[in-house]
Parts: sequence; C-alpha cells; structure tokens
Amino acid sequence: MTKRVLSSIVLALALLAGAGVAFASEGGEALPPANANVKDTASLQRGARLFFNYCVGCHSLRYQRYSRIAEDLGLSEQEVMQNLNFTGAKFGDPVIASMPEADAQKWFGKAPPDLSLEVRAKGADWVYNYLRSFYLDPSRPTGWNNTVFPNASMPNPLWELQGVQRAVFASAKAGEEPTVEKLELAQPGRLAPAQFDAAARDLTAFLQYVAEPAALQRHRIGVWVLLYLAAFTFLAWLLKREYWKDVH
Amino acid sequence: MATAHVTIKPRNRVLAWIEERLPILSFTASHTSEYYAPKNFNVMYYFGSLALLVLVNQIITGIFLTMNYKPDAALAFASVEYIMRDVEWGWLIRYMHSTGASLFFVVVYLHMFRGLMYGSYKKPRELVWLLGMFIFLVLMAEAFMGYVLPWGNMSFWGAKVIISLFGAVPVVGDTLVQWIMGDYNPADATLNRFFALHVIALPLVLLLLVVLHLAALHEVGSNNPDGVEIKEKKGPSGRPLDGIPFHPYYTVKDLFGVGMFLLIAAFIIFFEPTVGGWFLEHDNFIPANNLVTPTHIKPVWYFTPFYAILRVIPSKLGGVIAMFSAIVLLFLVPWLDRGKVKSVRYRGRGYKLALAVFALVFVLLGAIGAGKTAEWIPELFGPAADVTLIENAFGRTLTVLYFGFFIFLWAYTYFGLEKTKPVPERVTTHD
Amino acid sequence: MANEGVNQGRRRFLTATTAVVGGVGVVAAAVPFIKSWEPSARAKSAGAPVMADIGKVESGQMVTFEWRGQPVWVVNRSKEQLAALASQDPRLKDPKSDNTEQQPDYAKNEYRSIKPEWLVLVGLCTHLGCVPDYFPELKPEPFDPAWKGGFYCPCHKSRYDMAGRVYDGVPAPANLRVPPYHFVSDTLIQIGVDPAKGAA
Repeated sequence: MTKRVLSSIVLALALLAGAGVAFASEGGEALPPANANVKDTASLQRGARLFFNYCVGCHSLRYQRYSRIAEDLGLSEQEVMQNLNFTGAKFGDPVIASMPEADAQKWFGKAPPDLSLEVRAKGADWVYNYLRSFYLDPSRPTGWNNTVFPNASMPNPLWELQGVQRAVFASAKAGEEPTVEKLELAQPGRLAPAQFDAAARDLTAFLQYVAEPAALQRHRIGVWVLLYLAAFTFLAWLLKREYWKDVH
Repeated sequence: MATAHVTIKPRNRVLAWIEERLPILSFTASHTSEYYAPKNFNVMYYFGSLALLVLVNQIITGIFLTMNYKPDAALAFASVEYIMRDVEWGWLIRYMHSTGASLFFVVVYLHMFRGLMYGSYKKPRELVWLLGMFIFLVLMAEAFMGYVLPWGNMSFWGAKVIISLFGAVPVVGDTLVQWIMGDYNPADATLNRFFALHVIALPLVLLLLVVLHLAALHEVGSNNPDGVEIKEKKGPSGRPLDGIPFHPYYTVKDLFGVGMFLLIAAFIIFFEPTVGGWFLEHDNFIPANNLVTPTHIKPVWYFTPFYAILRVIPSKLGGVIAMFSAIVLLFLVPWLDRGKVKSVRYRGRGYKLALAVFALVFVLLGAIGAGKTAEWIPELFGPAADVTLIENAFGRTLTVLYFGFFIFLWAYTYFGLEKTKPVPERVTTHD
Repeated sequence: MANEGVNQGRRRFLTATTAVVGGVGVVAAAVPFIKSWEPSARAKSAGAPVMADIGKVESGQMVTFEWRGQPVWVVNRSKEQLAALASQDPRLKDPKSDNTEQQPDYAKNEYRSIKPEWLVLVGLCTHLGCVPDYFPELKPEPFDPAWKGGFYCPCHKSRYDMAGRVYDGVPAPANLRVPPYHFVSDTLIQIGVDPAKGAA
C-alpha cells in the first residue's frame, strides 16, 4: 500500500518536478549576480539618492508615489521633499521625470522608458550589470555602447562616478564583427571600481523595491501565515487521526 | 451507493417548518453524513476537494479584483499596478488570484491523472468524466481570458496568437479571427469582451458544470484505488461494508489536505509569487505593445504541452487540428478503453507502462512548449547543434507517443491483449 | 465502523480547537478583503490638504473650495451676522457646540471658528449629506420668519445659523462640521491640517 501510494505521488509530482527542473535551469547566459537586498533600508536610501540625482531627469516611476518612498524607506516627508523631489511634485504624487515627454521624443528618438517595473521585467541581475557595462563607442550617436544591452540608446548616466570604460575586442576573423572580450577602465571616475559596484547595487536595490513595494510586507506577513497554517494543519491531522481510529 | 435520500425531521419548529417546504437539512445530510465513500482513498483523492477550494478562492479574489480593475486598453495595465500598490492589501488579493490560477491547473491535472490511474471514467462514471472534461475545457478558456486582462505584452501577444489559431479554419478563418477580436488586432474591444466572459459568462458555466459533475458523482458514488464497486457488498444495515460516511471521516481528512495545500499556496503567494516567471511572466510586466513581440514568447505553463504539439507540426491547419484532437481524445477515453478492470493496480503491464509514458510525454511536451528544450539542446549536443531540427524531431516523437497512448489503449483492450490480475472482492487498503 | 473505546472528550476537544483555530484563520483572511475597501493611496493623495486663498472674499460673501471631494465653505461673516449669533441660542439644538465630533477643539467657541469673522465649514447637511444653500441676509425668509442669516437645506428643510449651528425642530441631528484648518497667513487658509501646536 505505502509503496503504491508513494509511487503514485512520485508519478503525480513528476509534473511539478518537470517544472521545477526547468525553472532551475532558467536564465540563459549567467550574469554576475546583483546581490541587491531590498530589506537593507540604508542601501535603498542610497539607491534612491542616486536615482533622483542621475535618473529622474529622464525616467519616471509613474506607479511609485513620493509618500510611499518616505513610508517604506524610513524617511520623513521633509527629507523626501527636500532631498529627492526636484520637480515640485506634491508629496502624494507619483514620480514623474523632469523632462517633458515631447522633448525626450525629440532628443532621443523615443521617450526614455518608465522604470517602475524595470526589475520585474528584466531582473535585478540584468539591471545591475547593464549599469556597469557601458563603454565608449564612437560609432554610436551618443558615443556610448553597452555589452549587456548592445546598441542601447542611453549614454552612460553614471560616467562621472564610474569613469570611462573602453572595450577590448577579441581578434576577429576577416569580415566578421569583432566581439567585446572585456571592458577596462580608461579614465577613473569619482568612485573606485568596488565603490561603484556598490553604488550600482544600491541603485538596483532601489529599483527592485520600486518594482514591487509590497515585497517588504509580503515577507513580513508570510512568516506568520505559514506558522499559522502549520499549526492549523497539525491540528487537522490530529483530528483526522482521531476520527479515523473508527475505520478498520 | 447512490446518494441515500434520508429525511430529517427537526424538533425545532422553525426548522421543521422550513424543512417541510425546502428539505435543505435532508439534502445536506444525504450528501455528507449519509453519503458513503470508499474507505480506501489515497493521496490522489485530495485533488477534487482542493479544486473546489481553488474555485472558491478564484471567485472571491476575482470579485474583489474587479472592484479596481479597469477593462480598458488604455487603463488596464495601470489599474493592475494600482491594485498592487495603492489599494490596501490589493497585492495579496491579486497574488491569491494569480497563484490560484496556476494551482488550479496543478490540482486539476493531478485530479485527471488520478482518473486515468484508477479507471474512474469507466462505467458507470462516464458522465462524471465527461462533465469533468467540459470543466477542463471551460477552465482553459477562463484562464486564457484572465491572462489577457492585465494587458501586459505577454497578454497581448498571447491573445494574438491564440485567437489566430481560429484563422486556420478553412474559408471563414480570417473573418472569424476579426469577429473574435472585434478589431484588426487585439484591442480595447477584445479586452472588454474577454473581461465580460472572464468575470461573468464562463464562471457561470463553470459553476453549473461543477454542480453537475458533483451530482453525477454522488449518483453513482466514488471510485477508489482498488476499482472495487463498494455498493456491491452491503452489510445488514444496507450500507456498503467498505464505505464510510463522507462526514465526518472525509471532511476531517480533506481539512488536513486543505491545510497542506494552503501551506504550499501561501509559501508561493508570500515568498515567490512569480515562481521565477512561471506563474507571472517577466514580459507581462511590460505594457502591451502591438509593435514588438516579446523575444521569449510562450504560453503560461499549463498550456505548454498542447502548444508544443501545435508548434512541432509543420502545418497551420494540421497543428491546430492536432492540438484540439489532443484534448478531444481525452473526452473519448471511457469508450476507447474497453478493459473491464479499473484500477492500475490490477491492470496489465502494458497499461502501467503506457500510462507512465503518457505522463512523462505530457511533461516533456510542456518543457518543449515552455522553450526549455531549446535551452537544454545546446548544453547536451554542443553549441553547434541545430536546435530547431532536434527540437522538432523530439517534439514530433512525443506527439506520436501522446496520440499513440490512445490508440494503444483501444487496441490493447479491444483485441484482448491485456493480462489483468484478479480484482479483489473488497478494498484492500486504507489509512 | 466501531465506536467502542473512542475517547469522546478528546474528540470533542480536537473538533472544537480545530474549529476555533480555523475560524480565527477565516476571520483573519477576511481582513485584507474588508480593508481593500478603505480609501486607496490614490484617494488619500487626492484628499491631501488644500490651500484656500481668501484675500478677495468680501464681507458677507461665501466661497466654496473642494477638499476630499467635498465642498468646504469659507464665509467672511459681516458684523451684523456675527452680532445676531448669540440671539439664536435658545432656538438651537446644540448652541454651545458640545458635540465634539462636529468641530476641532480650536473651533469650539461662540463663533465656531479660529478668527471670529472667518467661518470654515464642510458644506454637507448632517442629515443626509445634501449641500445646503446660503441665505446671508437677516430678513424673514419663507422657511423662517425670524431668519438671521444662515444655511437652508433644500433636501429636507434643515436650517443652520451663521455659525453652522442646527436649529431645533429640523431633521438634521448635529451642527455642520468644521474641518481641520489653519491660517498660513492672513489671506491663506490650509484646509485639512490642524494648526501647529500653540500657533492656532
């Protein structure tokens, strides 16, 4: 009996296992992990500062309210309005780029995307590595290119911090485009490489938070829900065992 | 073991008054404490009640989602984010709904597999199976339309691709596609009508079918892992010797099942609601864009086995026919299988093997449909491997095996090739 | 089915415990659904405090502003209107504004306001929420021959005096509500925020 039940479970779970195995192997070529931590409030605060200094000029977070940033990042209304809000928006307003969309269209060909859900769409690792992978490329209209997102239309927004990277190309066969082997720092920026990586991680963490502010609540409440359900299930098991004593 | 029609006469005068006019207590008793179920149900028998639980969850969370969702192509995507951020606890309600949708299919697939394992579709339960298959069909339509509502880029392109399937219909195909969309592309009209179908029409049909499915079940009584008809062996009291009242024995047992299930569901909802892109896909966090198809477009996991059949067949009409046949054949199982023995425990080795292969084929087809094999092939055969060639060869083999199962099932039983074991008189095992 | 040797006490205890624990779970699960009906972050943002410029409001004139989707009246009461207030006391339900729900502490005075001439009220009748009309003049009106200025509700004929105090004998139960407000300057009122402590 036990054997049969077990084998039926095994068969049944094969469906789930299939999905699980497939899930584990997801991702394509692996990028170095971002290791961003949305529970690290200090990191989120630093990331927010970077976002509002370097990104909000062009990119909106149209689903994220300033008031929510204050609430979740442990900042006062005054701190947010003075240090992060440069557009004159109200405290309860969503974060809208300072640059009008029509101008953006004119300057960049298309409006820079809203970043509210960027991490949910692309993943934290992608965003982190994208931020670190700009290099000089005179063939591009902006003068910049990116190894993670080739032919990106955005110039490196953090070049003052990172410095300027140059691509080292692998030797290519005749007639083929040479591939980028690695990037090297041609001109140092205000931050040392390790510091810059930390900054990129903070910014990624902030964008990850913005992509799903509920994640903070989710984890906090989830622990209690699971504990409750474990207790309930245990009780239900005791009850079942008690009643099934009748069944011979 | 058909439903015992007991009559309850309450002492309370108010209850008695009601009972005389509407025998609700008698009805409840007939279907719970006086409904005898086999005592040997195993783990596989949890999924029916769990499917009902998920249905209730989908209805309640769905009603609350409609309170803030806007079925308007210009507003839908933002309204979902509004639910996720601005509505108090909206994120929880939405994740309960999205997780419930996927778990619905997990539970229903296991429930169906249980039916195949123990021959629950065989006489006298053919109608139970048939109604269950209709539930599955409506559930697929319901899930597809619900998937379109967030109006993300996967919603849009999923709608586009699935609706385009109808373009394979000869002569009227293109007209049909335009009629379904109400536009030249999935657009506001499509979204709005899918919303109406998703929140009103299909749930009503689904509920009706579930009631019929249960009514049909209670008329003939549940099958069991031994495939023994318990009502053939009755005690002096006229009750089946191998039966126990559904209430309290299976209510408490199912309660335990509910607890286990909720543990898994809550873990997903609170700690991994996207399940790495399987339950909520990454590209659906990008608003619908009718000019750019997502690079890794694929249906949600529960459609992938059928989608794979569609994809590996090099003909539009042929693919569509094969895909729908893959579902239609499941309806016919009670008549394809001529074997008298129900449970896999006492069936021939051929059936055991075929069923195992069938389950494996289904999972592997799912892996193809989800684009997983395309990732595995370069790892297995080296980067120079022709992914399309290998995937098609693999997928077509699996498709042949999928349909082969049904042909085998018929031939195996029709020509009497099956060597069955003797079925015991009484159920053999129980908790 | 054999019931011999069953510990009924244990069975009852387990049934009751599971039912109670399960019931608690169901109630807890209902909370998020009930709370989802509360004003959302968007509604709260739209209901943020508003600034009311009262620089051009002449004596006896009323101006309506919108706060949380409700009309908020700001009236620059004339000397005559103010002078008549005390005389109405015997005809009112709550002349001393004892119902503390209807005004902040700083408006619990004879004028129901921070500055005597400036009356700030939520313009919704306390009966069933209609918007009363403003009848500023101290002259007999068809609905009240002894009218000394005030507000008259068209829905069910409730009457209020020039401090929003409800008259006796009308359906409305309470005085018109005074919202939280404070003076940013002599000509600017912020509606929705109490005066800073001590500043009033």
